[in-house]
Parts: sequence; C-alpha cells; structure tokens
Amino acid sequence: MNFLIEQASSFAADIDGLIIIIAVLAGFWFFVAEFVLFYFIFKYSRKNQAQSEYITGEEPELVKWVHWPHIAVLVCDIVIIFFAVKVWYNVKQDFPQPDETIRVVGYQWSWKFVHPGADKQLGTEDDIEMIDELHLKVNTTYHFKLESEDVMHSFSIPVFRLKQDAVPGRVITGWFKPIKTGQYDIQCAEMCGIGHGIMGSQLYVESEEDHNKWIQSVNGQGETLSQVQ
Amino acid sequence: MSNDHDHHEQSIWEKYIFSVDHKVIGMQYLFTGMLMALIGGFFVYVFRMQLAFPGAEVLGWGIVNSAEYNALVTNHGSIMIFWVAMPVLIAAFGNFLIPLMIGCDDMVFPRLNRLSYQIFLISALVLIASFFVQGGGFGGAWTAYPPLSANANYNLTPWGSILWLVAVALEFVAFLMGGINFITTLMNSRAPGMKMYDIPIVVWMIVLASILFMASVGPLIAGAIMLLLDQTMSIGFFDPAKGGDPVLWQHLFWFFGHPEVYVVLLPAMGIVAEVMTTFSRKKLFAYKTVLNTAIATGILSFFVWAHHQFVSGIDPRMANIFTVTTVIISIPIAEMCFVYIATLYKGSIEFTTAMLFALAFLVEFLLGGVTGIFLGASGSDIYFHDTYFVLAHFHYTFVPIAIISVFAAIYYWYPKMFGRLMNETLGKIHFWGTVISFNIIFIPLFILGASGQHRRIYNYENFPQLATDGMQNLRVVATMGLIAMLVSQIPFLYNFVTSWKKGKIAGNNPWKANTLEWVATSPAPHGNFKELPTCYRGPYEYGKMEGRKDDYWPQNEES
Repeated sequence: MNFLIEQASSFAADIDGLIIIIAVLAGFWFFVAEFVLFYFIFKYSRKNQAQSEYITGEEPELVKWVHWPHIAVLVCDIVIIFFAVKVWYNVKQDFPQPDETIRVVGYQWSWKFVHPGADKQLGTEDDIEMIDELHLKVNTTYHFKLESEDVMHSFSIPVFRLKQDAVPGRVITGWFKPIKTGQYDIQCAEMCGIGHGIMGSQLYVESEEDHNKWIQSVNGQGETLSQVQ
Repeated sequence: MSNDHDHHEQSIWEKYIFSVDHKVIGMQYLFTGMLMALIGGFFVYVFRMQLAFPGAEVLGWGIVNSAEYNALVTNHGSIMIFWVAMPVLIAAFGNFLIPLMIGCDDMVFPRLNRLSYQIFLISALVLIASFFVQGGGFGGAWTAYPPLSANANYNLTPWGSILWLVAVALEFVAFLMGGINFITTLMNSRAPGMKMYDIPIVVWMIVLASILFMASVGPLIAGAIMLLLDQTMSIGFFDPAKGGDPVLWQHLFWFFGHPEVYVVLLPAMGIVAEVMTTFSRKKLFAYKTVLNTAIATGILSFFVWAHHQFVSGIDPRMANIFTVTTVIISIPIAEMCFVYIATLYKGSIEFTTAMLFALAFLVEFLLGGVTGIFLGASGSDIYFHDTYFVLAHFHYTFVPIAIISVFAAIYYWYPKMFGRLMNETLGKIHFWGTVISFNIIFIPLFILGASGQHRRIYNYENFPQLATDGMQNLRVVATMGLIAMLVSQIPFLYNFVTSWKKGKIAGNNPWKANTLEWVATSPAPHGNFKELPTCYRGPYEYGKMEGRKDDYWPQNEES
C-alpha cells in the first residue's frame, strides 16, 4: 500500500509536492525537538544529575537557544505559506478554460452526474444523467457545477486530490483534468445522515475512444442507471 | 472571610451534595467528568469494533446499524470535549487549584460556583436522556452542520438533535458562570505579596482559557438558539429555501470551536509546567515567555477559525488569509514547546508517574502539533480535509490534553485531594499501558487518512479503494490498540479507589514543591488554610540556590 494513493489529476502532483515540503520542514522540527527532549530526559535524570541548577531562562547565552529556533520556525512557516497559497490558487482560484462542463448534484444519499453528451453542451437534449457513476475523458479539462438538494455533502475524489463541499442553495464551480484512465472511488466527505456511509460513487476515466463508445452505449439519451449497491 | 467557615458541623448533604466549597465542587466536576469519560470510552469501543469487524455483533451492544454508528461517533466527540475535557481540565482543576494556589479560602462567588455545577449536571443528564428518546441520539457529527442538524426530515432524530443542542447550550451556560468566578477570584483574592509574575502558570492558564472561552462562546450560543428555532419552529436561519445560509452556522461554530482547542490546551500546558518544574527541580524556563506565548496564542486563535472551512464553500480568496494566520500560530506554540523542553536542561529529573505523564504530554503533543501544519496549509488541506489524517491529528492533541495531562494532574494533586499517595507501581503500569496503546491506535489512522479514508463511515465496503485487506488490517490494529488502552485504565481506577483509604499518608508537601496549595494540610480542610499565607516569591524557585540547603523555596516562606 502506498502512503499516498495514486495521482490521477493534473494538480494531484502539486498537492503531493506541498505535502512533501511540509513533511520535510515540519518533520525536521519534530525530530529535532524529540531528540533534544529525549536527550535531556536521559542526561538529566536524577541518576545522572543529583542536583539541579538554578536557571531563570532569561540568561542571554541560554535564551538564544530558544530565540534562534523561533526565527527559523518563522522562516519555515513563510516557505510553507508560500507553497500552500500557490497550490491553493491553482486548484481553487485560477480555473483553466474548460473543454467540457458537468453538473454534480448531491442528495441523500447519492451523487447525480449530468454529462454533456456528444454535443459537449450542458442543458441540451443529449445530456446523460447518471446516478453514482461519473464518466470522464482522460486529458480533458472539466469544470463542474456542484449543487446539493438537501444537506451539506462534500464531493471528494481522493485520486484527484479534490474536495469541495456541496451547499444547498448554491452552485459552486470547480475544475479538474484527469490524466490517468481507470476506475476510482468518489466519496461524500461530509456527514449527511444515516446513509452517509453508502454515499459512494464510481469514477470511470476513459480514453477518448472508450468514452465515445460509452456515450453511444447509452444511446445519446439521458438514462438513469439503478443505484449502485 | 475565613471566620465564616469556622466550626459548624456540616451534614453529609451540605458537605458533599450542595456544598459551596470550591474543592468539593471541583471533585463533583472531576467525578462527573470521569463518569462521562467512561460513557465516551464505551461509545468508541462499540464503533471501533464495528470498523474492525463490520457487521459483527459487538459484545455489550449487539449489531451496530448506521444510525447508531452516527450517534455513537457524534456523542463520543461531544462527550469527550464538552463533558470530559472542559469539566475536568478547567472546572475540576480550576475549582480545586485556583483558591489553594493563590492562597485564599474559596472562590469569590461560591453560590454561583455551585449553580454552575448544577447546571452542568443537568446538561449531562439531558445529553444522556437524548440517547433514549424516539429516533435515538443525534448523529449529525459534533459540529452539527445544518441543514442536517436543523431538520428532522434529514437527520431522522427529531428529539435527539434538540436534546443534544439543549445539552450543549446548558453546558456553555455552566462554564460561563465558572469562568466569571475564576477570573474574578484571581483578580481579587490573591495572597498578599503575590504579584502578576508570582502566579503559578497553571492558574494563569486556566484563567486565560476562561477568558478565551467567554470571548468566543457568545456567537455560538446565539447560533445554538437560532438552530433550536430552526429545529422546533422551522424559522429558517440556516435554510436556503427561506433565505437563510447554512454556512453561517459553520462560522459561528468554528469561531468558538477553534479557540476552544486552546481553551483546553492552555490548562493542560499549565498542569505540565507545575509537574515538570517540581520533578525536575528546575525553575520554569523563561516564565514571562510562557505567559506571553500563551496570550499570543489566545489572541491569534480568534483569527484562524475558517481553516476548518477551506473547502466548505467560503470565498476561496479568504482561505489564503486563514492559511497565513493558522500557520503563524505555530510560532507561539513551538516557542512554548521549546521553553518547556529547555526547562529540563540541567534539571534533576525524578520519574514519578505524574512526571512520566507530563513528559509524555510533550512527546505526543509535538506530533499532534506538526501534523496540524498539513491541515492549516490550504493546499494540502484540500486532500486531508475530513479524512482520518485530521482525526489522528486532533487525537494527538486532544489525548495528550484531556487524558495524559489530566493523569499527570491526578497523580500529582491526589495527595492534596485525599491526603494519601497513589501507588507508584500501579501508576507505572497504567502509564506505559496508556501511552503505548495510544500510539498503536493513532499511527495506523494517520496512514489510513493519507490513503484517502474519509470520516464517519460505518462500513468501508462501499468504497472499493478503501476496502482493501491492507487497510482493513490497519483498522483492526487500531481497534486492538483501543482495547489495550481501555484495559490499561483498570489499574488506574483500582489505584484511584484503593489509595483513598489505603494509600501512604502524604503529609502536607510530599513532592517538596513551592506553590501555596502545599502549605495547606492534606486533604485541605474547609476554608483551606489555618492562617492565610503570604507570598514572598515566584512559584518555581528550584535548584541550587546560594545560602540555601534545600533545592526548593516555598512561596510562603519568609526570606
């Protein structure tokens, strides 16, 4: 099992890169702090040190040991903030032009996906509506229009590193670009009632050829498949 | 003042049930908190068994259905935060310690104090009652996001959700009263000579926590009333169909919810400071820095709440601001940790059970602290939000806070509470059992979270990527760790009860500590001190001092 699961969207690698930067910087401080802590615990145990010294912690030669790490943590924080905002901006603020747009509607306890169909336009006759099944074409930039019919849901595709809450009364736009074919999980990541545990859908990322075949197989008509599970 | 307390025989009723004595009220909070912890512990046992062995009958419960599962996780969280961490850390130790440590005879508003406990007790009873009403207990997560929490058609717990909300609101009222008392008492009743920088850190921390609580809880009480009106009269504050906004609740909740983290963290840090200085025989490293970082953390904690809402539909530009504030809060917290570690430098550490728990607090909390940065950084939170990574992160902060530091405090102050010492051998069995099994629970949960496992799912079989054998094995390991941790509490409970009558007699100052509570007899009588003490110096004068034979110098000893 990989520590992080596979990357199937264009921005998944960016998010994982940020995670690694934080792991290195925060990990460094974690190990330094734990090392010093354990070193002191053993070195200054009563067995090794029968009597303690009187130290106020205001002596300049000692304060520097807290002061300099403090500055260094600040520098690390700035690095982390820089990369965090950069990744966030790419994923959540700066949307590339879409090739296609889909609608995603959460309701207790399924996802409804409206695909634009062969004409690549939403809101036309050949839209394909599916319950708990999302079909995407690889290497295509999608915008999604996310809605909820009842309570809060959260549209989550772990292999895309994508998560966005669906809020009743709002249409929230986001984007992704699948870069890898395969079948993956779609979750609802926000507690949404007793069926929250079964609110899972399947994502099929297909090659252009397979995707067209799928569009033909549903015959260009909106069709609702029976609910999975 | 102290004359009021003299010589009238109290009935059991007066002494233990309707007492206005701060120590008895502290005990009432402690025991209520411990009982609630048993309920919260039982709940986690049931739902972790369901996760490890989905669909199997759980001993002591039976088959767990999804509605029950949701109610169990919701109420586990609610109980552990509102009915365990807060009453034990703040109310129990705040009540017990503040008057003793600042050298006065009682709280300034003893009757308000009694009322605070009584309302708290009612809140606990209301919560327990909510499990048994038609539809069962509330299952919409401890964050209670509407519209799910606001509408019985969605949550299917028409009574459970109302009672849950009433219980939480009552609990806030109780803690508001407690907070008023703590702050006023510290301001007005300090022993003569006790200046600002002579106040023990734990007292500072509890009072700062009370200020944080009082400053942050207002919006949530307003929110709770709005939600109650939505539930009972369908007013629609949070209903978009009626022009309301469900995200508003999230702001009101987390504006309280994040400072709340520091409301419980600060008293725990305070406890650790007292225990560490005593058993390393060291003055607290840079007292003023500790105090300043605590105040800085408290102020900053009001500007970080939306990091819980990065992906909740807030304006994405706002996430950048909250990333900056959230990551920056690591600075005072890191500094506080550095200073605590530095306190050990050139100390002479005695590994009593209390000290082991205090050291374990630092060891474990560091991991909880650094994993928070992954979540505070907006970019990586997109992936980690609402996964088990979050869950493991906050248990690495909350377990050290509400469990480990509380055990440090109980082992340390038990002699002052009951006049006897707890058994050290049983204490060490309890310590190693608790701390090792704690890590066995939550390390696997970090891995599961990083693999994409999302929260509050009663059975992962509907998610093929999460239903692998490898992940299921990790779930079983975590559950085994939990059972080991629960079993490890048996020696503690045995020790706690038997030491009451059979423990070694403690004497007034068994740990050779400096602070004023050790001047009172053990257990401290009604009215606390025979003669109210005067304070001559700071609380942490430990170590080799010129012209002194002893390595400690009590606050009340005249130079």
